Amino acid sequence: MHRTLALLVVGVSLAFGVDWFLGEFIEEYVVRIINLCGIAIILAVSLNVINGLCGQFSLGHAGFMAIGAYVSAYFTTTLRVLNTETGETIVRAPLFDGAWGFVPALLVGGAAAAAAGLIVGVPTLRLKGDYLAIATLGFGEIVIILLTNFDSVGAARGLPGLPNYASSFWILTFAWICVVGSVFLQRSTFGRALIAIRENELAAEVMGIRVARLKVMAFIYGAFFAGIAGGLLGHLLRTISPSTFGFMKSIEVVVMLVLGGLGSLTGAIVGAIVLTVLPEALRDVEQQAKLPGIRMVVYALVLILMMIFRPQGIFGQRELSLKLLRRVLPARLRGGDSETKP
Amino acid sequence: MADRILELDGINVFYGAIHALRDVSLHVNAGEVVSLIGANGAGKTTTLATICGLLRARTGGVHYAGEEVSRVPTHRLVERGLVMAPEGRGIFPNLTVEENLKIGAYARKDKPAVAADLAQAYDIFPRLAERKRQKGGTLSGGEQQMLSIARALMSAPKLLLLDEPSLGLAPLIVQTIFETIDRVNEQGVTILLVEQNANIALKHSHRAYVIESGSIEIQGASAELRNDPRVKAAYLGEA
Repeated sequence: MHRTLALLVVGVSLAFGVDWFLGEFIEEYVVRIINLCGIAIILAVSLNVINGLCGQFSLGHAGFMAIGAYVSAYFTTTLRVLNTETGETIVRAPLFDGAWGFVPALLVGGAAAAAAGLIVGVPTLRLKGDYLAIATLGFGEIVIILLTNFDSVGAARGLPGLPNYASSFWILTFAWICVVGSVFLQRSTFGRALIAIRENELAAEVMGIRVARLKVMAFIYGAFFAGIAGGLLGHLLRTISPSTFGFMKSIEVVVMLVLGGLGSLTGAIVGAIVLTVLPEALRDVEQQAKLPGIRMVVYALVLILMMIFRPQGIFGQRELSLKLLRRVLPARLRGGDSETKP
Repeated sequence: MADRILELDGINVFYGAIHALRDVSLHVNAGEVVSLIGANGAGKTTTLATICGLLRARTGGVHYAGEEVSRVPTHRLVERGLVMAPEGRGIFPNLTVEENLKIGAYARKDKPAVAADLAQAYDIFPRLAERKRQKGGTLSGGEQQMLSIARALMSAPKLLLLDEPSLGLAPLIVQTIFETIDRVNEQGVTILLVEQNANIALKHSHRAYVIESGSIEIQGASAELRNDPRVKAAYLGEA
């Protein structure tokens, strides 16, 4: 418990420090990319629990994001009405007031996504492989179609005018919570049981693991953070529309995982950063080469080459740790003979 | 009756329209090794799956330790000491040997005893102790089978169901595995063994049942069955 609290304090202070540093010294364009990286990390790390650890191929992450984004936006916009006579904001729910009201709004968005995870997970998680992928894809599409057709949430136009609450501070704080939470999860009995389900479902069942229940729990965990990430993205973009959360978004997160190494937490983080930064970095290349549009070709090429030469992803199922670094670095860098065998 | 740890009472199991088990009745006494032998597709694995709650019998009863358990979910049965080591070894290839064994103790609440059992498992299977940091998938076939049995033992079973422990292993390794099964039994674990290799199964069990096309055709003491002309002709490859 003390350790959890200490880690939270460390994370919040780090986020606070980085937020100040970014605001003071770094140009806005770069800060924006860093913010998008933070959101991508939340998405990739949370999907890694479902697809990587538990081995359940979900393509519905964008659907959960949409739910988180719309629900949190409801609390930060709809529940707040501008009084045209006095120019003051009338807040209908005091808990959601001001910038601090953003956190409860996000959490409610995450909880709504988690609830959707439960509702979708119970009937679909008995499906395997491709069938589950299609079912979760269907769920994502249903969310989009509903949002596109309900006028009360702006239909295809979406919701404009979300307040500018998704600061680097909040994005980094939630990314930290998501990553640290997943590290704990991965090392716990629960995490090991999820891996057992991935490795051999029947064997897991006869070892007394409640396969169906654990799958749903992994799904809920992933959906919760997808909802948080959706809320953050919404308040970063300031406008949300159903098309933001189309199934290409889900695919993008899956590609991050596969690129980093499915089942590896550090792989998910690296995959998220690479796939967020790469298209931006390639803008320069595009301008130099005077070939507009070439960056998406290069981007696709990188993915194709990666899958040909390293299909297990950057990390495979390994984690980036001091142990791995020691093994990979040449002997003389490690201090030669003093190295003892593990 | 009291010492009957397991009793199947005329169970019928269906896969859709296919009648997989027809009125299968058998029992296992506490302390015994009982083998269930038969050809591919005869219903051996189906019988085990029904016992441990993965499949439901349409009619008939499954009694374990004196209680009707045919509607009890698998994880509850594991908690009560009815554990299966699945066919094809069914280990977790990307977890280390030690992690595999710890998953075996997943359903247990008595965590201190788990450490002692882990030490004991390494004692019975010294090869696993040598390889405890290695990933399960890097073990040889025989070692994986040992890991599968050791993992099942980590659940502190009273009744251990073994599904085809000889599958795909060299004869010498099969011999070692069955000697281990004998030792496990000597430590007080009752065993129901499913095998295609009738020869070795009959050598290492007290009693046996022969299953054909979903029903029990022959039963008796293993020593007698080895001399039964029908068993000899069909399963032992003798004229």
